[in-house]
Amino acid sequence: VNHIVHNGGLYKRPFNEAFEETPMLVAVLTYVGYGVLTLFGYLRDFMRQWKIEKCQNATEREEQKDFVPLYQDFENFYNRNLYMRIRDSWNRPICSVPGAKVDMMERVSHDYNWTFTYTGRVIKDIINMGSYNYLGFAQNAGACQEAAAKVLCQYGAGVCSTRQEMGNLDKHEELEKLVARFLGVESAMAYGMGFATNSMNIPALVGKGCLILSDELNHASLVLGARLSGATIRIFKHNNMQSLEKLLKDAIVHGQPRTRRPWKKILILVEGIYSMEGSIVRLPEVIALKKKYKSYLYLDEAHSIGALGPSGRGVVEYFGLNPEDVDVMMGTFTKSFGAAGGYIGGKKELIDYLRTYSHSAVYATSMSPPVVEQIITSVKCIMGEDGTTIGKARVQQLAENTRYFRRRLKEMGFIIYGNEDSPVVPLMLYMPAKIGAFGREMLKRNIGVVVVGFPATPIIESRARFCLSAAHTKEMLDTALKEIDEVGDLLQLKYSRRRLVPLLDRPFDETTYEETED
Amino acid sequence: QEKEELIEEWQPEPLVPPVPKDHPALNYNVVSGPPTHVITVNGKECINFASFNFLGLLDNEKVKSAAQASLKKYGVGTCGPRGFYGTFDVHLELEERLAKFMRTEEAIIYSYGFATIASAIPAYSKRGDIVFVDEAACFAIQKGLQASRSNIKLFKHNDMADLERLLKEQETEDQKNPRKARVTRRFIVVEGLYMNTGDICPLPELIKLKYKYKVRIFLEESLSFGVLGEHGRGITEHFGINIDDIDLISANMENSLASIGGFCCGRSFIIDHQRLSGQGYCFSASLPPLLAAAAIEALNIMEDNPDIFQTLRAKCEHIHKALQGISGLKVVGESFSPALHLQLEESCGSRENDVKLLRRVVDYCMNSGVALTQACYLEKEEKCLPPPSIRVVITVEQTEQELDKAASLLKEAAQSVLN
Repeated sequence: VNHIVHNGGLYKRPFNEAFEETPMLVAVLTYVGYGVLTLFGYLRDFMRQWKIEKCQNATEREEQKDFVPLYQDFENFYNRNLYMRIRDSWNRPICSVPGAKVDMMERVSHDYNWTFTYTGRVIKDIINMGSYNYLGFAQNAGACQEAAAKVLCQYGAGVCSTRQEMGNLDKHEELEKLVARFLGVESAMAYGMGFATNSMNIPALVGKGCLILSDELNHASLVLGARLSGATIRIFKHNNMQSLEKLLKDAIVHGQPRTRRPWKKILILVEGIYSMEGSIVRLPEVIALKKKYKSYLYLDEAHSIGALGPSGRGVVEYFGLNPEDVDVMMGTFTKSFGAAGGYIGGKKELIDYLRTYSHSAVYATSMSPPVVEQIITSVKCIMGEDGTTIGKARVQQLAENTRYFRRRLKEMGFIIYGNEDSPVVPLMLYMPAKIGAFGREMLKRNIGVVVVGFPATPIIESRARFCLSAAHTKEMLDTALKEIDEVGDLLQLKYSRRRLVPLLDRPFDETTYEETED
Repeated sequence: QEKEELIEEWQPEPLVPPVPKDHPALNYNVVSGPPTHVITVNGKECINFASFNFLGLLDNEKVKSAAQASLKKYGVGTCGPRGFYGTFDVHLELEERLAKFMRTEEAIIYSYGFATIASAIPAYSKRGDIVFVDEAACFAIQKGLQASRSNIKLFKHNDMADLERLLKEQETEDQKNPRKARVTRRFIVVEGLYMNTGDICPLPELIKLKYKYKVRIFLEESLSFGVLGEHGRGITEHFGINIDDIDLISANMENSLASIGGFCCGRSFIIDHQRLSGQGYCFSASLPPLLAAAAIEALNIMEDNPDIFQTLRAKCEHIHKALQGISGLKVVGESFSPALHLQLEESCGSRENDVKLLRRVVDYCMNSGVALTQACYLEKEEKCLPPPSIRVVITVEQTEQELDKAASLLKEAAQSVLN
């Protein structure tokens, strides 16, 4: 289904998102494929049980054989019989900086992926389309690395204390002021792990008697945070504003399920870019709904901060909206800033409350100083405060790369999900055999890709996911596209039934972003 | 029409309640410069008795240069979770070294200390399973238990008789419903050295109970790793127990190893499961390589100098003796525990007033050059809230004079504030 919403109303720019339907033949063949694998799985389990085939799983200790089994046999069925066959597509070890090109340690398996051995050889210069390196800050040289090295020399690597006890360094305060300025909010607070930022702060904000409206495809950290809070959770269809509005209306009119008392507060959890779909949240409509129904908005910008917006300030800037409309702006430093950790930004009362009651401030060690320095330098670079235009150039390069790559893939005939402006590009594979084949064929051609299947995606919608980076040059993209074309023909992946006319003579767009009125 | 009215009328609570400006937890101490042995807190230079830098590795030159080399090679961040090009050879090396050091089959690394045990417990214990946990378990364990949705049974702190009573009750329940009992997993979660009380867990009795009632043991060794035992291997070495008897050992690298992150170690049968079902492992970016390299170098130092553990324990005994007999304050914790608590002998009525009183003792010490801190808790979220206390942390870098100075300063402070 294609949604193209043009200027007028809430959107100041065209919103092009497409999720082409699965072709019927492909769906049938995919189910058949899984059926065959399941049959073989039962057969192999039977043979293992009757000792016809050697069982290569690790097993329980002799002394503990009469304890209640730790894992249920059925739980591991998928793991043993499907995941094991293509296990070499994941956990690939690398031994260089995860930039645009990466070096990988070669590993082989002599027993069908049950164990791996490292040959000792290093495969060099693999084009890296799997790391979350949107602005190319994963570097081992340059201003950011030098600053981090200086701070490492002065402060050391660890902190050994929590924020509330003795772990609040002057560097942390500097970082928080800078992040608040970058986002355009009153105040911000930083944490050591992006996952933990969600799972430890959502319980501090809502509790029993509150309602959480969460998108269908939210990340595991948001789901865990919502569960730990004890609030009631209701799920609305992915990016579907009618579904959200219906839930909001029902919630206010009917109140809590049994007591009919009004809800204490309603919190809407959405993400900026959904990393498995490549879709961007319909933020103008969400904010309009939030204001109409007096609820609060929690926006998780893990993938969109730095990657969207004319100056890299995320999805709020992309849509030309006011950061004060979003009650809680959360994001991570892992993806666009080449560091680790997460942050929450918002009004001063919110951040003061989190400084006092967040689980992370009281019980978890604070961030490591060189990591903090890397974030400070990269944020200053993006904002242009280090005196160069490197930041601005990178943001623009990423936008150009995104548009070019997506257009070329669509022209070739692949089914690509998601919004035209999202640097996360999912390419549909569907059939289980093609998951492993795609990963291996691309690696043979020196390109590193990420493939995902069940349970991260619905069972028939397995995909390959490309993450574009400002560090990718046009030559790298062209090489990658050529190889993807070849592999696509080899594996018959070009399922799309609508073909875009290839735009042969058009150069890179000069006007990548329409200037919005300020 | 009625619905429109209801929507108009509904007023939500404010997103967060206002926090008073003078709330004690709001004004953090600001540390300028590295939080090492001599620390500059709020502009004043003090001796650090508050950071968990037990082996003094925070500003060790070898550790820093190993981290520098890693920084030059890999940059800072890993830009991806372990499954998607976030596995570096440094991570694999650290996991191998930790497994070899602890003499187990395998180890797995997390990028955040809190997330280690909070992700490990829900990976094994699901809805319907039973977990017996000590009352004084730390907050990370409580969150892991909450995420697992299992039945939690608390037993009194370090009271093996109470635990046995609960286990017997469970046994009688099992006999009523043997089919359910055959699929209900049971676990005991304990800490080696408790963070909240400084006590040691009676592990030999626990092992006996384990085999008698067929319960698995998960051991959290954040404070005891690198502290107890002849070579710093923790409580199993301290008591001389076979490490395979403990199903899972979890620890964070933020105390003795002076890095960031955590690890779990044990048999491959158990640890390998976390690689697909540990939430903090699969859905989160991996540990920055410079921190992993710092941890490897710290392990090297621990292996090369096994006498620092003896030195640390001697200093702990020294200050434990020196702090006895302060009027108004009592020492809580084992004599060889490097993290002690000082609680008020008599509470003055409300927790708030106790906290204020202890705050004045801490301020007195800070003004005279000894940095201390109160143990911080989330009062409404803890299952069994410990009484307010001052945390005293002993590191191997503190000299005897400094220990004596701290003890005498605490005596003075107690005299002036509490009398």
